Amino acid sequence: MISILLQLAAVYVCTIAVAILFHMPKEQFLFCGLAGMAAWMGYLLALRLSLSVVLASFISALLLTAISRIFAVTRRTPIIIFLVSGIFPLVPGAGIYYTAYYFIMGDNALALGKGVETIKIAVAIALGIVLMLSLPYSLFRGFGKRENPEKTPKL
Amino acid sequence: MEESRRILDLSVQAGELLLQNGAEIFRVHETMTRIASSFGAKNFHAYVLSNAIFASIGEENGSYGAELRNIPLSPVHLGRVAAVNSLSRAVAEGRYSLDEAFLQLEEIRALPEYSSLLQTLASGIVSATFCYLFGGGLMDSIAALFTGLILYGFLLPAKKSRLSKIVCNILGSMVVSLCALCFTHLGLGSQMDKIIIGAIMPMAPGVPLTTSIRDFFNGDYLSGTIRLIDALLIAACIAIGVGCVLKIGSLIAGVQL
Repeated sequence: MISILLQLAAVYVCTIAVAILFHMPKEQFLFCGLAGMAAWMGYLLALRLSLSVVLASFISALLLTAISRIFAVTRRTPIIIFLVSGIFPLVPGAGIYYTAYYFIMGDNALALGKGVETIKIAVAIALGIVLMLSLPYSLFRGFGKRENPEKTPKL
Repeated sequence: MEESRRILDLSVQAGELLLQNGAEIFRVHETMTRIASSFGAKNFHAYVLSNAIFASIGEENGSYGAELRNIPLSPVHLGRVAAVNSLSRAVAEGRYSLDEAFLQLEEIRALPEYSSLLQTLASGIVSATFCYLFGGGLMDSIAALFTGLILYGFLLPAKKSRLSKIVCNILGSMVVSLCALCFTHLGLGSQMDKIIIGAIMPMAPGVPLTTSIRDFFNGDYLSGTIRLIDALLIAACIAIGVGCVLKIGSLIAGVQL
């Protein structure tokens, strides 16, 4: 339990640091952190239910995109700000490393396995984002208070 | 005549600013059209790729004005994207005249980046927290923190010196692995793999990956492909850099991986 809380705190701090690296506006930092936390929570939960890493990435991408869309509407900010900061914990950095490691160590079978898994994770993230993005906009409009729906840009 | 040229110019400048700083094609196109139409332009057309903008506008006497911009892939500044986005909202609501909108655009272009110190610190924090999230211990995370600091201490001047992005990324990940090797040898941290995984994260291609997915989703397959290649290339560069150092390390006697 404590370890889960610690991890969530780490993700929160981490996502805000990512937001700094890409020069996001200060007002959105706290919400970027929340988006990252939501993604990681989904990931942990899926792993706890003993789902595969690929499926867990898919589920957390779904969650991340849903919460990003809500923030985009309520905070009137491009969705990409929340998506980018939240996607970082999911990006398969470990996959890149282990693929390179086994490749160099001459273990081609393991290198191939890791490489394929990395690509699978990337595709799963993409699918999760696309699936949630294709839900109709009207589902998310309710979260924002807007005066003039025709004139305000779609997020 | 004069008026429509200026509308075209404003809209192209806004688009250029968005594209340079990492916005999706769909957003660039929509913002440009929105700005043009809210100033009453007719026959405005734009074609946006991930490294170019083509736009034309119809004038009263039947002739056309056109502008073309070449925009190389450049560092991301999402604060500017958000600012142009809210400018386009304000313009659509009719809150700015043409001159005021130009001034606003200048202000957005001058939006500062976060200071090098803050960026370096952020890089260290990203590295340390990722190291922890991927199963590193406390000492490993501390080692990753220093590695991340050193990484940005190297990357920031390297980017300024106009080194190519590919070389930057390869050298960056070499620096990371070298630091991790040294730290684990000096006894700071024990899991070298976790330190490296944490510290390569500040370079991970999160932004091109996200924009690429968004571009594909909106049917901009060509731009999506360009950015996907960008993302894959960055990943490959990181792998190459790590691989080189690990190989050299394993060749030198006494270094255990």
